[in-house]
Amino acid sequence: MYYLTKNLASKISLLPMIIISLTVFVGCIIYSFIYSLTGSKLIPALNYVGFQQYERLFKSRKWDVAVENIFIYGFVFTIGCLVIGFLLAVLIDQKIRGESLFRTIFLYPYAMSFVVTGLVWKWVLNPTFGLEHSMHLWGFDWFKLDWLVNRELAIYAVCIAAVWQGAGFVMVLMLAGLRGIDEDIWKSLSIEGIPKWRSYLFVILPMIRPMVVTSIVLIAAGVVKVYDLILALTSGGPGYATTTPAMYVMENFFSRANLGQAFAASIIMFISVVCILAPWAYYEFYFRNKEAK
Amino acid sequence: MNTNNFQPNGPRPKHLTIGRIGMYCFIFMCALFFLMPLYVMIVTSLKDMDEIRSGNLLYIPKVLSFYAWPKAWSEACTGFVCEGLKPGLINSIKITVPSVIVSVSLGAINGYALAFWRFKGAYFFFGLCLFGAFIPYQVMVYPLLKIESAIGIYSSLPGIILVHTIFGMPILTLIFRNFYASLPIDLFKAARIDGGNFIKIFFYVIIPMSTPITIVAVILQVTGIWNDFLLGLVFAGRDNQPMTVQLNNIVQVDYGVAEYNVDMAATILTSLVPLFVYFISGRWFVRGIAAGAIKG
Repeated sequence: MYYLTKNLASKISLLPMIIISLTVFVGCIIYSFIYSLTGSKLIPALNYVGFQQYERLFKSRKWDVAVENIFIYGFVFTIGCLVIGFLLAVLIDQKIRGESLFRTIFLYPYAMSFVVTGLVWKWVLNPTFGLEHSMHLWGFDWFKLDWLVNRELAIYAVCIAAVWQGAGFVMVLMLAGLRGIDEDIWKSLSIEGIPKWRSYLFVILPMIRPMVVTSIVLIAAGVVKVYDLILALTSGGPGYATTTPAMYVMENFFSRANLGQAFAASIIMFISVVCILAPWAYYEFYFRNKEAK
Repeated sequence: MNTNNFQPNGPRPKHLTIGRIGMYCFIFMCALFFLMPLYVMIVTSLKDMDEIRSGNLLYIPKVLSFYAWPKAWSEACTGFVCEGLKPGLINSIKITVPSVIVSVSLGAINGYALAFWRFKGAYFFFGLCLFGAFIPYQVMVYPLLKIESAIGIYSSLPGIILVHTIFGMPILTLIFRNFYASLPIDLFKAARIDGGNFIKIFFYVIIPMSTPITIVAVILQVTGIWNDFLLGLVFAGRDNQPMTVQLNNIVQVDYGVAEYNVDMAATILTSLVPLFVYFISGRWFVRGIAAGAIKG
């Protein structure tokens, strides 16, 4: 009894957090997992069918495309954001004029909604009136930018829009890392006569590794969830060429009334996020603490 | 030793080398790339449809046309009703304001309890809560919908506010806890000796010191909730659809002629609030996203 009443106010105030953590964060996963083993259609039903939903999922052509897309998107988006973000951070770090103006310009897309980003790029990449049309008017007749209607290239249009939105964010993280570098290190590097680009690539980049790792993890965790952006930009099309796991889940939940399938797919999504995060979390919270000791 | 004797000698260091010029060129190109969509949005919204069809996407309008703006604001069709974005704006405000207040207060109380009034097991639940920040929404959407319909608030304003509170909680708890943990503990001890209890210390000592972190939290939540699409689509219900959902409906109409100028005007209207927050808050926004980086 004493344990319960001791520090009672704190326990009461944390009650919402505890309840939500247990019911929503843990409960929903258990619920999803249980129903992913059933043949639920329009309403959740407990008719157990084993792992059939998962078998069907892995046989589904659409899911294949979705997984392939998420790999392409994940790879291009992560690399694009890291490279451009790091490059911009380095440029801004050169004591340039109008630093805050440039920083504002590079970061503003991050303030916008994914829907807005998707719709803007949909217009810019519009094959009839968009950039392609402008280039034709300027006399570059060979110029072709039909990505949005091209099955092979549509996913790269999504990547461009996503990098446009996310690169500034990586820039901010990297810039924070660069600003944390001791001035003496720069002095000694310049005394040694090492060119700037080599200093950045081989000395500074390894030094800001924690920032790089954090950026990668945060970007990667966001990759799995990509939904609004694609919905606005391509609606998963042409055909289902740009569909993603998140879209597959939402479609099966809300328009195809195929709950069991949606639950199975969402559980796979969840597992993949855990696979991305577990090594990082282990490093951050366990390995580091050990090192500190 | 008189330091004034040291005169600078040798050639003046050059400030504008070829490399620096190249760098400026490059950074300008990047800036143009980043600004281009915003520019295109603005000029497109000020053109009429004839000019959009025949003219160049990147040119400024020959004739300024303000046709698109009032239409996007109050006439464009979102599905069956043609009332423009105005109801969406009101809905977004109705969703964002209470959600921000509730979620930030809850985050502050959680952070306070975790930082100063730890009890056995509190950090276990805190860990669970943080773990929640990384779960894709799609995994939780349907079960949560079931929970909400069981307690009868699905598809209503309280329903969507609850959802935003739930999904904002991990990150807000984290940033408040970290902030409070960085405060000097002696302050808390002094307040304890003076007889402060959980509630008194929170209101008289902690809240007055929480302004900076509250600003960060509010910026984070306002932009996050305003920009949300998925949760608004699923949980808000037909009558409370936020602006982002209505915007998508306006643009993705299946019937009639697509009016790109109206679409772009609507797009700008939707992003005005977060852009405004971003431009006036500046550094705070940066702190917010650095802190809120893990938000789903």
